[in-house]
Amino acid sequence: MSDARPPSPGSAEASHTRLTRRRLIVTGAAGAAAAYGLSAGGASARDLSSSLFRSTAAGTVTFGSNASDPVPKKAYANVFKAFAAKTGTKVDVNTVDHNTFQEQINTYLQGQPQDVFTWFAGYRLQFFAQKGLLTPIDDVWATLKPQFAPAFQNASKGADGKFYFVPIYAYPWAVHYRKSVFKAKGYTIPKTWDQLIALCKKMKADGLTPIAFTDKDGWPAMGTFDILNMRINGYDFHIRLMAGKERWDGPQVKKVFNTWREILPYTSDGALGLTWQEGAQQLLNKEAGMYMLGTFVGQQFTGADAKDLDFFAYPAINPKWGQDSVDAPIDGFAMTKKAKNTKEAKQLLTYLGSAAAENIYLKSDPNNVGANKGVDKSKYNATQKKSAALIASSKHIAQFLDRDTRPDFASTVMIPAIQQFLNKPNDVNGLVSSIQKQKKAIFGS
Amino acid sequence: MATHVAPSVEADGTPRKGRAVRLSGRDRIALALMVGLPLIVVGGLIWFPTFASIALSFTSWDGIGGITTAKWIGTENYQQVATIYPGFWPAVRHNLIWLGYLTLVATPFGLFLAYQLDKEIRGSRFYQSVFFLPVVLSFAIIGFIVQLVYSPTQGLVNGIFGSNTDWLGDPSINLWAVLVLVGWRHAGYIMILYLAGLKAIDPALREAAAIDGAGEWHSFRTVVFPALRPINIVIVVVTVIEALRAFDIVYLVNKGRNGLELLSILVTNNIIGEASRIGYGSAIAVILIAVSIIPIIVFVWNSFQESEQA
Repeated sequence: MSDARPPSPGSAEASHTRLTRRRLIVTGAAGAAAAYGLSAGGASARDLSSSLFRSTAAGTVTFGSNASDPVPKKAYANVFKAFAAKTGTKVDVNTVDHNTFQEQINTYLQGQPQDVFTWFAGYRLQFFAQKGLLTPIDDVWATLKPQFAPAFQNASKGADGKFYFVPIYAYPWAVHYRKSVFKAKGYTIPKTWDQLIALCKKMKADGLTPIAFTDKDGWPAMGTFDILNMRINGYDFHIRLMAGKERWDGPQVKKVFNTWREILPYTSDGALGLTWQEGAQQLLNKEAGMYMLGTFVGQQFTGADAKDLDFFAYPAINPKWGQDSVDAPIDGFAMTKKAKNTKEAKQLLTYLGSAAAENIYLKSDPNNVGANKGVDKSKYNATQKKSAALIASSKHIAQFLDRDTRPDFASTVMIPAIQQFLNKPNDVNGLVSSIQKQKKAIFGS
Repeated sequence: MATHVAPSVEADGTPRKGRAVRLSGRDRIALALMVGLPLIVVGGLIWFPTFASIALSFTSWDGIGGITTAKWIGTENYQQVATIYPGFWPAVRHNLIWLGYLTLVATPFGLFLAYQLDKEIRGSRFYQSVFFLPVVLSFAIIGFIVQLVYSPTQGLVNGIFGSNTDWLGDPSINLWAVLVLVGWRHAGYIMILYLAGLKAIDPALREAAAIDGAGEWHSFRTVVFPALRPINIVIVVVTVIEALRAFDIVYLVNKGRNGLELLSILVTNNIIGEASRIGYGSAIAVILIAVSIIPIIVFVWNSFQESEQA
């Protein structure tokens, strides 16, 4: 056998080293890929890095937070500083962007979550409790029970009656307006539906958009649906509807949409292209007279405008229910099933449920109302006082559509359905029949 | 041990069967690794999830508790998607409109720009940069630009024309509004690809056509265009990929709702996030795969035909 090429000096050694170097690079890459594959497993990169550096020394508890905006983030930091000073336990916070946190929650809770994390009351809580991803905290609630009103206690329980959640604050949804505009034009607060329509007509004649309305984000319009359903059909029907126990194509839901259609002519033009911040601007610039939104709308008002902002409870429609219900989403904390520092986690939850922690939080983030009965109401500003009064006077508190029902139903069915209604308000029959079919497919019945 | 190259003809004159080049042991190992490792990566990261998606599309699963909790439900997901999901058929329509617009408007416009700029007119470098600039921007930035341009109260278009149109909130026009800016970007991309191809054409061909008295459009249609066959195939592939891949702009404008639904959006809505309807989203994803396979089959069949002819 003869080589096609003449032997070159050192070619044998050169090819030997070339192959070895090549092999080295290849095996190195393969080894790195294998190492990453073995260690990452199902956890995301974020969890990987946080778990690598998470301290598991005694006296530490880890906290997963969705409070990515600067105001709530600072408020939580103050609370944890006070907790560390009181108990000596350090809190290791991992903050994630607000919307991303919710979207990743499924993989988060099954991966390598922190011990305690920020979450919401309602079906959104009960769903994860039912799947066994949360630790029941009845022992924490043994001391917390007398400090919370029954509505808050019920909101913290799973479907099995055990406690899974510690609330920190709530904020109601109500109709916001500017006191100066109402005073100047001589408007009065409407208490019934007919008074509301009359007021809308008056505002329209005065050149205002009577009700600011925005639904580009998809969820703001749910607030209107919720309150109309509770006013027309009562709280019990609303909760049963959210739980999938009532039909969507029945006369009750049709009545809600037909009633809604009556005020649509008085709402903002092009609502499907406007975000809630733009709606708040319409109210701020005195282009709109009223705005049905959560009290977080106050974040868009500063200085003198903030003092001018006020709200009233949504008018009654059916005298049987009056104004007995309100959407007041409750935010709080839960403990993951995979928590490592269980003793410290329960210590933290007990502290977070206390009035002292709420006072510290609300000092930095005064747009909400504390959940604890003993929270210091003397420090409340006017909006907080009214919010607390509204929540306290309501017989029933709902959590808002996307927290009261299954998340897949809320996001894939209700958001497009409400947008479809806003585009074609006259086709209610077609709409509710389509929602009912999808609801049957998702809930199973 | 060295590589041995055998003659292509045997001693008795018949063509040699089997491999012409006998490989050494080290070469064999290197070859195995160089082919094997990417194969493992592609198999694990592309083919395995594809087949897993197809399998999952026949189940109902919420992503919690491991894959053993998935419930087999046969073709029910597909039935639901086709009959009761209000967003599905609009999404299919919009994907087809996107494809049609790119194929019939944006790509020809890119070709036109390339052809004009190939003539070396004054300032052609400047024009090239101007038209190529949007290609450099990511779709996320273009989504942001869409919102700035079309905002009903503070946008550029309504500001210039003094109109009040709700470009992004009105479902009958928002897709077209978005497509204008998509075409702006796509045309620049096609233009650069085609310019490269045009530069490679033998100028003798064009001179011959000119001598024969062919007009400009005639010479383009019969001489230049057929000569660019390989580039044409690339452009068709790129156009189809961009149409089926569309996601970012629409997601940024309004999360892909209210007139901007696309199949890719429906998949992410159902799988990623709290909705977590893995089986349902996989069914939509399989439909998207099926739609994407058609141009791939056409392309592969075309190129196999070509290699047979060559």
